[in-house]
Amino acid sequence: MSTPLKFYQVGSFAVGNRLLGDEQLSVQSRSDRTNSLTSGHRACQGCGEALGARYVMDAAMAATDGKVIAVNATGCLEVFSTPYPETSWRLPWMHSLFGNAAPVATGVAFALKAQGRSDIRVVAQGGDGGTVDIGFGPLSGMFERNDDVLYVCYDNEAYMNTGVQRSGATPPAARTNTTHAVGENPGASFTQGKNLPKIAMAHGIPYVATASVSDLHDLEEKVTKAMSMHGARYLHVLVPCPLGWGTRSEETIKLARLATESGLFPVYEAEDGVVTATKKIRKQVPVDEYLQIQKRFSHLFGPKGNPELVKAIQEIANRNIAEFDLLGEAQ
Amino acid sequence: MSKPFAITLNIGSSLANHTGSWRSERPVYVNRMPPCNNACPAGEDVQGWLYEGESGNYEQAWRNLVRDNPFPAIMGRICYHPCQTACNRADVDEAVGINSVERFLGDQAIDKGWQFTAPTTKSGRRILIVGSGPSGLSAAYHLAMKGHEVVIRESAAEPGGMMRYGIPAYRLPREVLDAEISRLVNIGVRIECNTKVENPESAIKDGFDAVFLAIGAHLGKRAYIPAGDTVRILDAVSVLHMTADGEPPLLGRSVVVYGGGNTALDAARTAKRLGAYEAIVVYRRTQEKMPAHASELKEALEEGIVMRWLSTIAWVNSGAVTIERMELDSAGMPQPTGEFESLQADSVILALGQEVDLSIVEGIQGITIDDGVIEVNEFLMTGRDGIFAGGDAVPGERTATNAIGHGKHAARAINSWLEGQTFVHAPRPELASFDRLNTWYYSDAPKKVRPKLDAARRAESFAEVVQGLDEATALFEARRCLSCGNCFGCDNCFGVCPDNAVIKLADGKYEINLDYCKGCGICANECPCGAIDMVPERS
Ligand SMILES: Cc1cc2nc3c(=O)[nH]c(=O)nc-3n(C[C@H](O)[C@H](O)[C@H](O)COP(=O)(O)OP(=O)(O)OC[C@H]3O[C@@H](n4cnc5c(N)ncnc54)[C@H](O)[C@@H]3O)c2cc1C
Ligand SMILES: Cc1ncc(C[n+]2csc(CCOP(=O)(O)OP(=O)(O)O)c2C)c(N)n1
Ligand code: SF4
Ligand code: SF4
Ligand code: SF4
Ligand code: SF4
Ligand SMILES: [Mg+2]
Repeated sequence: MSTPLKFYQVGSFAVGNRLLGDEQLSVQSRSDRTNSLTSGHRACQGCGEALGARYVMDAAMAATDGKVIAVNATGCLEVFSTPYPETSWRLPWMHSLFGNAAPVATGVAFALKAQGRSDIRVVAQGGDGGTVDIGFGPLSGMFERNDDVLYVCYDNEAYMNTGVQRSGATPPAARTNTTHAVGENPGASFTQGKNLPKIAMAHGIPYVATASVSDLHDLEEKVTKAMSMHGARYLHVLVPCPLGWGTRSEETIKLARLATESGLFPVYEAEDGVVTATKKIRKQVPVDEYLQIQKRFSHLFGPKGNPELVKAIQEIANRNIAEFDLLGEAQ
Repeated sequence: MSKPFAITLNIGSSLANHTGSWRSERPVYVNRMPPCNNACPAGEDVQGWLYEGESGNYEQAWRNLVRDNPFPAIMGRICYHPCQTACNRADVDEAVGINSVERFLGDQAIDKGWQFTAPTTKSGRRILIVGSGPSGLSAAYHLAMKGHEVVIRESAAEPGGMMRYGIPAYRLPREVLDAEISRLVNIGVRIECNTKVENPESAIKDGFDAVFLAIGAHLGKRAYIPAGDTVRILDAVSVLHMTADGEPPLLGRSVVVYGGGNTALDAARTAKRLGAYEAIVVYRRTQEKMPAHASELKEALEEGIVMRWLSTIAWVNSGAVTIERMELDSAGMPQPTGEFESLQADSVILALGQEVDLSIVEGIQGITIDDGVIEVNEFLMTGRDGIFAGGDAVPGERTATNAIGHGKHAARAINSWLEGQTFVHAPRPELASFDRLNTWYYSDAPKKVRPKLDAARRAESFAEVVQGLDEATALFEARRCLSCGNCFGCDNCFGVCPDNAVIKLADGKYEINLDYCKGCGICANECPCGAIDMVPERS
């Protein structure tokens, strides 16, 4: 699943390498990348969502010869990129409402079809709140009708734009402004949450994948693959949020890496409802390493900590590792 | 312009919004001192020449290397490579096989006939170098490259010092030595062999502007051993010298070598090669205390050399050596036990270290001696103005690499001195320590290439037996370098900035666009080699 060329110095993991030929370069390592989300946007320092959106959209643009229309749900991504009258988008971009990115994108796709413009492709994007909560019903409809849209969810695990409220994708025990770190079960409730990649798979759509901002090559390959397909496709990207998670701005990518290397965020892809590939853990870490550097989990550590909850979170990771064979031999 | 409903302003790009004003810290590209460079006694820019090597531009790599050390093919065989001991990659998997890549580059240069180009404008200054060992040759090279006229006078029949008369040919083939020395002759260095210098001061009177004493340490240390006359007692340096001259001494079937340094092992291994049936090294301390390099001990043992640890020679008589077993006291010092044992011996080789023949500086005003070596200041100048000294003859580690470093240092100091200036070192950048690396990005070498890798790291210790690296392996090994503290163009900073604030320049370098950089620090955090610092903005 990654570039065939390795240097054993910087192998397939860094963004590029001065020794790579033009055709082997990742989209992000090219000086002529689209920069679909360009400078001057108002995302916080070290925003994972801003980074993830550029990674995804640049790859989509590269895969389609620059013929992409984006439809955006409300959320940080929309708010920080388009304070009227400025826009950071360097592609046709449309915003409607918080919960209806999927149906608007469906409409755009049908309009293009009606115009015979099969070359122009549609990408819808939104945050986890817009996707797993308020936009959930319409998105399910888009899946069920197999509309020709790639829907990308940038999962920062809460409603960040309105000040960090819990969403259906907020992990157990995480403190948000609606799940305080008090009482017997501090932070977000210990439930299974809404696992949208799996729900999408259950729709049997052609392509479902998860990715994170810590593995650019994997993410670009998935976007490229998705853009080569038709019908409803879903990409779920983990994008750490320094503000909402209470993390250091420089550790955004490191956090995404720890989330995947601990097993808490399994990275895989599925076609027609069946998992076809999983990204193996390279250097497994205990969940503590990931949780400890986030203020939203600070109540789990220290003298007043909660080792039981940490253990329970480790068990979530263990279940993921078993379910997706995350420690197995790389394919 | 008529606008759509509810639109009153012209749409513009967010580029108008200079988010750089949010910043409290800015990223700055830096060059740090890689541990390998830091540890190299000859001051090589190891990371720099590996970087060139990685792209397969071996000539450029070689040219970068010989800026500091003119003898890569020699170094690639005999250097004890402290660079590898310091290499950061050792903490990831195994140190980069720097020394074997160095040998590869040196051998390429000999194959391809790459030469040095001396400056065409001459300084008109003449420098005399006494001795053609590594320190003398290195000084000659660096002085010649500065346009000075250099004459080396050497008392032996051929140049090279201990590289020819000490280090045995099975570790350093003479063709390699000759090839790398001949390059110096080609840039005009004159080497006058069979010419012993008695008085360096008179050379100054004879028109030399400066003198560099590179006389080494050639007198084998003696120890009093009660002996009859049926056993030959020789010193290791002479045995090796005679062997190198093609007139090896008769040692007999059983040889006992006394000492624990590299010289002792070389003497024992040489004795074996000269036909000794048995070569035993007697050493008074333990293996851990032995000054010889571990790789040399390993090779010696593989060749069948026998080690007698914690033993001293008590006396020698009628074809035998009597050794006394020693015991370590609480301070770790060997103490006699009164237990004796007899070993068969036709000859005994003393390898107890070498001393400097100081007769050359006797009577020179100002030159002082301390503990058997010539005293020098930080510029390697003796107490006599214009007379410099380096290598084994001055305090310091006695290795060829260190001698080469002395030669370079002395050449720079002499050059400055000739211009009436004092040499100032370029400021040393901060160390590129391991904790600054983001090792996630360095991939592991897959198992299938492992055997090749092992060979890469074995090559240096079996130089005479195993061939050097082939091109593919050398390239592979060079590419294992982590480029500690110096950008190697991985595009990470360019890729990971959420604000597009890193600009990739046409020359492969990068620049921060401070109009937009918010100072998040991701670029610095994700730089694999630690080549970006976050520096507070002045308010
Ligand atoms: C057996 C042995 C093995 C070694 N192996 C290694 C090794 O594997 N790796 C390593 O790094 N180091 C090794 N060393 C150490 C290394 O060889 C020395 O540290 C190094 O050669 C010192 O260099 P130099 O230039 O100071 O002196 P030398 O190499 O000793 O050269 C001095 C030269 O000066 C000449 N000379 C002396 N007096 C006069 C005079 N009055 N007039 C004219 N010429 C004169 C001598 O003939 C000699 O050629 C070894 C040493 C020995 C003895
Ligand atoms: C119908 C509706 N309800 C509420 C809002 C207010 N609102 C705007 S963004 C947002 C949260 C967005 O969260 P998420 O989708 O996770 O995106 P993020 O900001 O975290 O990227 C909310 C609640 C709205 N714009 N529309
Ligand atoms: S709140 Fe989080 S998601 Fe929103 S801009 Fe800031 S860092 Fe990005
Ligand atoms: S990895 Fe490369 S730069 Fe770093 S210490 Fe080793 S050889 Fe030097
Ligand atoms: S990643 Fe970008 S915004 Fe962050 S410090 Fe580096 S250049 Fe500045
Ligand atoms: S991240 Fe890569 S390209 Fe940027 S400075 Fe570091 S080594 Fe160079
Ligand atoms: Mg969110």
